[in-house]
Amino acid sequence: MLELIGAVIGRDLRLAMRRQADIVAAMFFFIIVVSLFPLGVGPEADQLRKLAPGVLWVAALLATMLSLPRMFADDHRDGTLEQLALAPQPLGLIVLGKVIAHWLVAGLPLCLLAPVLGIQFDLANDALAVLTLSLLIGTPALSGIGAIGAALTLGVRGGGVLLSLLVLPLYIPVLIFGAGAVDATVSGLGAQAHLSLLGALALGGVFFAPWPTAAALRIALE
Amino acid sequence: MSDRLINWFRYASPQTFYPLTGKLIPWFWAFAAIFAVAGLTIGFLLAPTDAQQGEGYRIIFLHVPASWLSMFIYLVMAFWAATGLAFNTRLSGMMASALAPTGALFAFLSLWTGALWGKPMWGAWWVWDARLTSELILLFLYIGFIALQAAIDDPRRADKAGAILALVGVVNVPIIYFSVKWWNTLHQGASVSLTRAPSMAAMMLWGMVLCALACWMYSIAVALMRVRTIMLERERHTDWVRALLAEKE
Amino acid sequence: MHWNSLSEFLAMGNHGLYVWGSVVVMALLMVAEPMLVLQGRKRLVARLKRQYRAEQPVTRSGSQRTTGMTSTSPTATCRSSD
Repeated sequence: MLELIGAVIGRDLRLAMRRQADIVAAMFFFIIVVSLFPLGVGPEADQLRKLAPGVLWVAALLATMLSLPRMFADDHRDGTLEQLALAPQPLGLIVLGKVIAHWLVAGLPLCLLAPVLGIQFDLANDALAVLTLSLLIGTPALSGIGAIGAALTLGVRGGGVLLSLLVLPLYIPVLIFGAGAVDATVSGLGAQAHLSLLGALALGGVFFAPWPTAAALRIALE
Repeated sequence: MSDRLINWFRYASPQTFYPLTGKLIPWFWAFAAIFAVAGLTIGFLLAPTDAQQGEGYRIIFLHVPASWLSMFIYLVMAFWAATGLAFNTRLSGMMASALAPTGALFAFLSLWTGALWGKPMWGAWWVWDARLTSELILLFLYIGFIALQAAIDDPRRADKAGAILALVGVVNVPIIYFSVKWWNTLHQGASVSLTRAPSMAAMMLWGMVLCALACWMYSIAVALMRVRTIMLERERHTDWVRALLAEKE
Repeated sequence: MHWNSLSEFLAMGNHGLYVWGSVVVMALLMVAEPMLVLQGRKRLVARLKRQYRAEQPVTRSGSQRTTGMTSTSPTATCRSSD
């Protein structure tokens, strides 16, 4: 089972490495969106510190959205997906592998960039640490939930916009607890509770979402 | 027992369900009208003034039924979606897509009447309260469902994809509600407390229940009307639709 | 009866705008929705009739042999242009 997941991850990572430009573009999207906010709301450090958790988290949601349509589309086009669906291994596990691969490509770089961008917003060190931690815990959930939307909109016209319409409302709990964790740290309340709930969402997102995703993929392949 | 089962499954095919809806729809409209007249009479003519909120509270007779229905319809939609996936019945998917626009309408009405109620009572059209925010998200979920079905050309695939989305949404609605509630309690700074007067006169309750029943009957009537159109459209290549339309000439 | 006069009823204790704003919008939308559904139905029926009439020569000869089965005429599967 682990071998299968590992093989899927390895394959998807190799494919992603051939398309490095996409990864880099999503990262720059993240950086640009975050950097626009101070220009929009003004450079007062107090205000920026208050806005930072929300801005960084919303930008992270949008940046992970960018790479979601790619999750199954290429495999669908060249027929790999049909082969995977016919394989004796459960499709859900293959999807799990693809979710993890998506997170490694689209989620993890955001977590590494976030502290640097947090400095622009004058966040203190502990807040920066919690921000990174909350993104590390929360972004897997985004990949998991996003996979459902990606599978549902596979091969559908207007897929990209539709995908965001379907997925963004489902992202709300992750946004609330993720940004809330940083908020709580800034106001000195401690982020423990938020991070635990975020962890629960991430576990749920990563381990339950592959099954409806697999069902949606089978429907798309019919 | 088995007789009854067979009778019910008989109506699971569009061909037999179509004439049945034709007979039922006038009844649902009649009940909707009766309940609406009764509920609105109690609510707007007979019910006493609320001690705290004055006459403005009468919006409750519209707002609460609309909110209830918007949530209830989502559950019913998810139920049909689940039956459609489990038993692969054609009608289930049609029912789910027939319900979605009505559910979205009630979600919108709930927000609209809520805003008009909130302004005189709390001094704001909109507050980020858990209930309001969840209702807004529910509207988004409805719109997502409708948009997804509209984007897929093959009706069978549209039904199934919509079903999965509706089921994922049903699992998520409580999570969203509690997360928004949690978020709201943390951010409760200047915003007003939204706890309503706990004791409600029996007459007000009756008015509300009757209005809710009226909305319920209305939803069934409209959903059945819409499902009739969907049945005709989807079954247009079958002989019964041809015969039916030929009859009407 | 709770009200003493019509004007009092319409004023709703200075909340008339809000109360009637809710009532009117809700009533309008709940009337408009079934009307739209009916209109959509009418348009569909007209479209289907047009479609059936257009393919009549094909189906009439075919339907004598295959009564009770779904029509499989080639024109039946293509959608009309609207």
